[in-house]
Amino acid sequence: MENKKKLVIGVIGADVHAVGIQILDHAFTDAGFEVTNLGVMVSQEEFIAAATETAADAIMVSSLYGHGELDCRGLRDKCNEAGLKDILLYVGGNIVVGKQPFDEVEVRFKKMGYDRVFGPGTAPEETIACLKEDFNL
Amino acid sequence: MKPILMIDFGSTNTKVTAVDLEEGKLLGTAASYTTIQTDINDGLENALKKLHEKLGGELDYAAKYACSSAAGGLRMIASGLVPELTAEAARQAALGAGAKVMKTYSYELTDDDAEEIAAIKPDIFLLTGGTDGGNKDNIIQNAQVVAGIDADFPVLIAGNRAAVRTCQKILEESGKQVMITENVMPRFNELNIEPAQSKIRELFLDRIIKAKGLSQASQLISGIMMPTPAAVLAAMELLSKGTEEQKGLGELVAVDVGGATTDLYSMTDGAPDRAGTVLKGLPEPFAKRTVEGDIGMRYSAAGIVEAAGMKRISLLSGLDEDRCWELLDLITEDTSTMPDTDELKAFDKALASMAVKTGLTRHAGTVEKVYTPMGEAWVQSGKDLSRVDKIIITGGSLIHGEPEDVRDIASHALYNLAEAASLKPRNADVLVDKEYILSAMGLLSQYEPDIALKIMKKELISYGTAQ
Repeated sequence: MENKKKLVIGVIGADVHAVGIQILDHAFTDAGFEVTNLGVMVSQEEFIAAATETAADAIMVSSLYGHGELDCRGLRDKCNEAGLKDILLYVGGNIVVGKQPFDEVEVRFKKMGYDRVFGPGTAPEETIACLKEDFNL
Repeated sequence: MKPILMIDFGSTNTKVTAVDLEEGKLLGTAASYTTIQTDINDGLENALKKLHEKLGGELDYAAKYACSSAAGGLRMIASGLVPELTAEAARQAALGAGAKVMKTYSYELTDDDAEEIAAIKPDIFLLTGGTDGGNKDNIIQNAQVVAGIDADFPVLIAGNRAAVRTCQKILEESGKQVMITENVMPRFNELNIEPAQSKIRELFLDRIIKAKGLSQASQLISGIMMPTPAAVLAAMELLSKGTEEQKGLGELVAVDVGGATTDLYSMTDGAPDRAGTVLKGLPEPFAKRTVEGDIGMRYSAAGIVEAAGMKRISLLSGLDEDRCWELLDLITEDTSTMPDTDELKAFDKALASMAVKTGLTRHAGTVEKVYTPMGEAWVQSGKDLSRVDKIIITGGSLIHGEPEDVRDIASHALYNLAEAASLKPRNADVLVDKEYILSAMGLLSQYEPDIALKIMKKELISYGTAQ
């Protein structure tokens, strides 16, 4: 029980899409993770504060309204600043404006410091599989 | 008749309140001036003498209960990890237990912090940090720093349960008295402050009473010594919620403007009034207390001026600004100045108005309109008090004023368009604690809640609606 990997999840920025994050909460919890769900309209600072108190192993950022590229920038730097040095960062959803080739988007977000980037329509199972791989579970 | 006595040991006053349990009514109140030099028992004797003169003879009390804010009150330091999370939860726990929070620390304590803590020499140090199963390093590190401080104070540990034993060991090895209780934030954003508060009260009884020369008095007393603010908080909660037999008044706020500080209380869940509002920050306790250390009628009068601006005070009082500055010097130099001239009355009224306004603005939550690509949304932080329709006014500096003056002063607690984001009450009935009985009723509420409620409903005088 104490050894469960801890995730902090939430929808970043001025984004009020409230349904998907609940689905992810259930999916990750069922998959054996300990989930702290910050809900919608979460700032970078809130992700970091929650991850600090809960000693989280990963921060999972959702963005569905197309402004993710602005909202997500700088999170890795702030994590480093806050002492969350090796924390895993995932991002997923409709994270950019319009339809852009996903491989380009992925490169841009990886440059920002995200370990994994997921496009629209990703099933929770896929993300869970990646988590298990990254945590060697 | 079955009389009982409630005693409130204050730093400048000892107040006594006699109640007849048989008839469920207030018999009388009296107060006696005390100083730090005078023995606390002399103050009690004098106050009792005055009371018995009023009542026409001595009474045979069935019980005596007391609360105390003497000798600086219950002085606490709170520490946590993230400022707006466990550190804030720890601060809330201490405030709600009636403590005077001298300082709140977050993240790692430094050597400078350690020196500062040694200088403050708190009555209790509240050590928290990390959710259960969350961060351990910080609280353990801080336990080490606290262990190294060469001052004698008890430490209450209410942090990550996976780390408390380690912290306990570190602190006990240094010779500190240690108590352990549940985490103030067991899960992220879940406030769990009651267990810490009941331990704080135990420590207060055990240790602080003895240390502060109250033990001699406490032999005469049958029960519950608690910090005075905790008693007032208990009274307010009872008045709001009622008992099984009697209805309470519902949601309310209370303001106590003192000479050095201003205490604010709100009894409401403070949930958003508007659908589609996103709540940010820690969940708020139903019974919430905040203290403004820089807002008070004498020692902290300069703080009111700093917050509101002398222009505003001048406008409200009708005195010119230069004169206001002179008066401010006068009352801060001689803090026992009474408002015995028309000029000082006007000045005090303006100060009190701004004290109430500043206090309520800081106590109330805020709401912000956010434009998202999907349309408007609202983000609320703190408590929404806009539906609250009762303001209780207590504290020596306000309760003796003329009804219309007190109502005017109370109206500054309300919402106004100039600060549209502040979630203060829209309209409110003003109820005044004219006999100054709230702390006594808080004590009584621990034994006879129905009688305490009945007396409060009768003795809190309505001064009409503030607008």
